[in-house]
Amino acid sequence: MLEIKNIHAQIDEKSILKGINLDIKPGEVHAIMGPNGSGKSTLASVIAGKEEYEIEKGSILFNGEDISELSVEGRAHQGVFLSFQYPVEIPGVTVTNFIKTALNETRKAKGLEDMPASEMLKRIREKSELLEIDRKFLSRSLNEGFSGGEKKRNEIFQMAMLEPKLAILDETDSGLDIDALRIVANGVNKLKTKDNAVLVITHYQRLLDYIVPDYVHVLYDGKIVKSGGKELAFELEEKGYDWIKKEVNQD
Amino acid sequence: MDLKEKLLSSFIAFENQISMDSSLVSNLREEAIKIFEDEGFPTKKNEDWKYTTLNKVIKEDFSVFANTENSIEYKDVQPYFIHDIDSYKIIFVDGKYASHLSQTTHEGIDVCLMSAALNKPKYQAVIENYFNKIASKNGLNALNTAFCQEGAYIHIKKNKLAERPVQIIHFSTGKEPALLLQPRNLIVVDENAHVQIIERHQSLTENPTLTNSVTEIFADKRAIIDYYKVQNDKSEASLIDNTFIEQHQESNVAVHTFSFGGKLTRNNLNFYQKGERIDSTLKGVTIIGNKQHVDHNTLVHHIEPNCESHQDYKGIFGDSAVGVFNGKVVVEKEAQKTNAFQANNNLLVNDKATINTKPQLEIFADDVKCSHGCTIGQLDQNAMFYLRARGIPAKEARALLMYAFANNVLESVKIPQLKKRINKLIAKKLGVNIGFDL
Repeated sequence: MLEIKNIHAQIDEKSILKGINLDIKPGEVHAIMGPNGSGKSTLASVIAGKEEYEIEKGSILFNGEDISELSVEGRAHQGVFLSFQYPVEIPGVTVTNFIKTALNETRKAKGLEDMPASEMLKRIREKSELLEIDRKFLSRSLNEGFSGGEKKRNEIFQMAMLEPKLAILDETDSGLDIDALRIVANGVNKLKTKDNAVLVITHYQRLLDYIVPDYVHVLYDGKIVKSGGKELAFELEEKGYDWIKKEVNQD
Repeated sequence: MDLKEKLLSSFIAFENQISMDSSLVSNLREEAIKIFEDEGFPTKKNEDWKYTTLNKVIKEDFSVFANTENSIEYKDVQPYFIHDIDSYKIIFVDGKYASHLSQTTHEGIDVCLMSAALNKPKYQAVIENYFNKIASKNGLNALNTAFCQEGAYIHIKKNKLAERPVQIIHFSTGKEPALLLQPRNLIVVDENAHVQIIERHQSLTENPTLTNSVTEIFADKRAIIDYYKVQNDKSEASLIDNTFIEQHQESNVAVHTFSFGGKLTRNNLNFYQKGERIDSTLKGVTIIGNKQHVDHNTLVHHIEPNCESHQDYKGIFGDSAVGVFNGKVVVEKEAQKTNAFQANNNLLVNDKATINTKPQLEIFADDVKCSHGCTIGQLDQNAMFYLRARGIPAKEARALLMYAFANNVLESVKIPQLKKRINKLIAKKLGVNIGFDL
């Protein structure tokens, strides 16, 4: 589904990603772990198409098609979803209006009519229940005054509404208490099918207790320096990142 | 001959032609034309006109009066009405009353014509008490006083509620190559009475028009007035709107101004608070592009204690558009416990767009709460990325953010059908087809 080949990316002439390779197939859950500043969030932004980042080298194939020149919204229409580490507060736009607009614009891009209101309401009801979101919450301004947990739950609610092929969860666990973490992870797991894929980006192993990865990759200084199964996450949790840094620096 | 000379020479003929005026009104006209003769049109030397010049507008060879009877049919102008509400309508075509488009009333409230009020004895007492009482005696207002013939006359008597909103629409047909219009409105709302008014000026062609409008509004004790100005005119239409509001004890007056079109628009909006516990609201949304120019010049004069004023103006400027906000708040020494708030927030969406914003506070009382804030910014790029990452294309994302930026002004629109219309106008102005308030 997603094939990243030797991606080099920079921002303001500073190289952040220095040759990343990643292959994610439908039905898989991948986790990217790594110390702060290793380039995890940059990788997420680059896949989603944030324009501030310049791709110097390499390609990003999504379902066989190179999307590295595609607009942010174009990638979203193809089925790429990024759950933001810091969801942006947008006063004056309600959660409901936002998600309706997003869904209908995505349908428009595919040549479909707007979703009928009754179907929209039904889907909103179902998905908000899945994330244990109160109806009142949906008429509030997007992310404005939301707690950390509410913001993240709202991100996964949007994911549930949009039904992407690839969901990238960028530090979705940060700012979550254990109950919110369970709700969010449970939502992600319920949305998982054999046809979609999840890329979890996290600093800690905690979230991976709930969203169990098939593969774990360690990102350090803009490169994937180690890959393995879910055991790798436990190893990192136990030993920290220093041994990875030492290993890399010895080479 | 420049416009000023043309006007002065037209006045002589005009004076002979209108014989029905009371001596009061004809004296006022005499006095007014002298003021205009002395002052003429404002220039940049006038501090209040530093950022707005009328030079480009008044160079046109305007007809001072429409020569012919220009009738239009409802179907031609239907889009400019808010027709999904039951309303009173006072409609003018090239400055003349259009009875077939209007719906006036005298049942408990007077919703009718200025020409009737100026000429008929039964309105004389009201005219004597209110006409030309609060309009400033400067060149533009004086020009209107000298020439005014027609406009809306609304009198809501004590304890009455105008159950339907009043739509005042001035159409210009474009049959004159260039037309000057000078509507004059008088709105008197007695004690404990209530009215909602929607005002619009609309050209039907690209021929130049200049409207120099004067509106005087009196809100007696506990009166409530909601006034909405919809400014979305054609590219060669200019408007100078001079509105003066006198409020008495515990009255509540709100004016919303939506400026989306026209060539040059100048709103002079003046509130005078003559009583205690008065509430005044001044809100506006300006969204313009091309070379459009919108200037909001506001005054709130706090004269007595325990009153409030709330000002909130949002501006979005694209292309080479120019915006001006000049908000003056005066708090007199006696006006203790005044709460006066003013905010002017602007988005510049193009490097060539300009906003000149100037809050002016003159506070002579010592126990007051006054705040003002103005911001000039650009669209938040993180928010843009967020919206686009959800599949909302760049143009729609920008529109949504701009709408969100203006939304708190729209929230206080009390007529739902009008709010819906404004939302549509905004979507159209921003070139998108999305529902903003689903």
